[in-house]
Amino acid sequence: MMGERLLDVRDLVKHFPAGHRRFVKAVSGVSFHIEKGEALALVGESGSGKTTVGRCILRLIEPTAGTIIFRGQDVSTMEQDRLRALRPHMQMLFQEPYDSLNPRMPIGRIVEEPIRLGKDMSPRKRLERVVEVLDMVRLGSWALDKYPHQFSAGEQQRIGIARAIATEPELVVLDEPTSALDVSVRAEILDLLTDLQEQLGLSYLFISHDLTAVRRVCHRVAIMYLGKIVETGSTAEMFEQPLHPYSRALLSSVLYPDPHEQLSRFVLAGEIPSPIDLPPGCHLYGRCPWAVDACNAAYPDLEEILPGRRVACFRAREENAADTTASGSGRRPPGSF
Amino acid sequence: MTLTPPTRRRLRNFRANRRGFWSLWIFLALFVVSLCAEVIANDRPLLVRYAGAFYLPVLREYPETAFGGIFPTEANYRDPQVISLITQKGWIIWPPIPYRYDTINYNLPVPAPAPPSTTNWLGTDDQGRDLLARLIYGFRISVLFGLTLTLLSSVIGVIAGAVQGYFGGWTDLIFQRSIEMWSGLPELYLLIILASLVEPTFWWLLGLMLLFSWMSLVAVVRAEFLRARNFDYVRAARALGVGNAEIIFRHVLPNAMVATLTFLPFILNGSITTLTSLDFLGFGLPPGSPSLGEILAQGKANLQAPWLGITGFLVLAVMLSLLVFVGEAVRDAFDPRKTS
Repeated sequence: MMGERLLDVRDLVKHFPAGHRRFVKAVSGVSFHIEKGEALALVGESGSGKTTVGRCILRLIEPTAGTIIFRGQDVSTMEQDRLRALRPHMQMLFQEPYDSLNPRMPIGRIVEEPIRLGKDMSPRKRLERVVEVLDMVRLGSWALDKYPHQFSAGEQQRIGIARAIATEPELVVLDEPTSALDVSVRAEILDLLTDLQEQLGLSYLFISHDLTAVRRVCHRVAIMYLGKIVETGSTAEMFEQPLHPYSRALLSSVLYPDPHEQLSRFVLAGEIPSPIDLPPGCHLYGRCPWAVDACNAAYPDLEEILPGRRVACFRAREENAADTTASGSGRRPPGSF
Repeated sequence: MTLTPPTRRRLRNFRANRRGFWSLWIFLALFVVSLCAEVIANDRPLLVRYAGAFYLPVLREYPETAFGGIFPTEANYRDPQVISLITQKGWIIWPPIPYRYDTINYNLPVPAPAPPSTTNWLGTDDQGRDLLARLIYGFRISVLFGLTLTLLSSVIGVIAGAVQGYFGGWTDLIFQRSIEMWSGLPELYLLIILASLVEPTFWWLLGLMLLFSWMSLVAVVRAEFLRARNFDYVRAARALGVGNAEIIFRHVLPNAMVATLTFLPFILNGSITTLTSLDFLGFGLPPGSPSLGEILAQGKANLQAPWLGITGFLVLAVMLSLLVFVGEAVRDAFDPRKTS
């Protein structure tokens, strides 16, 4: 199942005009790939550009530069007509369940829409498919004639999932699918997403800042900071031992249920800089305790410093080596309850 | 048909505004009555019984010879000769007002304009035509004109605003500047100049006014679409591969209609007022057509006959007020802050 690249993003750049010939550099050169059947998490705080990456991949906004290869075709420069033919294969799930459903359409029509656009199918067949998909998200045909506001947030999100999987896509971009939900509902949606992934062999790009959710659903994690990916690696290893200073700070910010546990919190100084005037070198320069002068001169490349672990930091190798010899990795991995 | 809860709530809010609710019914009643103007005010009888047969002169033309007359041309039922011919062998049922808007009453006891009397309930205008008949026909033509103009300008305005707001960016910018230039034209003068070049008919006038009236809705619809294009469900539709036209009409427009609907009664009001003012100035509907503006103009020219000006004013004032009340009720009904 794994091994084949479904999506390959290379040097993706997105700048938004901010007036006065200035630009918000939301994404400045991001590369990653997703294999078939794999769930990749894109993690970062608000403003790191993770949502922008998701929207660029689906061409909901036009990327400024870079290539996006999906199923062997370059999506980044494709005309809208050809792109529309590809849309059934890549779908999206949105953060706000209610906002993403047209309030004036009954559920049946909402879920039917992507099917209607995709293949030529008789209305009867389409209805069968809609019911089938609704069953898959644990709703039934009773939902067909109801309107979005008649459902709870969790149910609305499941309708969103039904719509996203109705065309049997290979890739689903999940844009913070659980951050608008109550904690109790969150687990239910995450379970559903994992089940569907196994059942249908879906690939996910899971955009989130919810580290617990990421741990639960994703195989690999890419951590973003100010428009750049700073570290990638498998979920288990990443949570066990983050190598980049930003990843460390981010992962150690997760709350633990045990108040007596002494935390080795890794804290960054200062505030996140403006994405309009990015520092010339490493975006973390000025906040990072490891920083040296070289860090302000150029942006470090993503380098594989451990097998399967790519980190964009000049100092990571050295500092991490010192760290493990000094204290060992006795930390409890964040997010494990 | 099942109503969605928001629609039901709006209907309830509309009904809760008693003034607007009743205004709507009164206006509709007046409009329906005026639609039947031909059977209320006509110079032909509704029903004629002659020599054992029934005749419907309102619907059909009969020659005078049918009633034993001499001329093979259409019978003139106001002619005493014809009336006596018919009543000898049958009877006549007249409409409540035995005058059409262009029927001249030659038997006026006083020079026209004649004051209200039992024959002409509201008097006549300065050409001896029954004022009430002209009011009924004039009301009908005003409302029909207003409705058609409102409908057409809404369709154009909504499409223009939708395209502008949905695509945004340069499309929006260029469109917006063009509209600003176009709306800078002095509308009334242009209408007067154009109306003097061609003999205005109902449809000509409609077309001329449409040139300017479509802009009234553009701003509202544009704003709604600018807002809606960033909604998640619009984004979702785009991600699904729904085409632009379909997103505009299926997803955004139904949600933008709320703002549009609240404006319609006011636009209708504006259309009627514009037509009336053109008629008043003499640049409106062709001479001889019944129109409220023309009655007002006659009232101004014949100050010695105050029934002309007063009735014209009252009818216009009542009609416009009713529409404003309806408009207010519609606006209240769609007010999202009013939830109960």
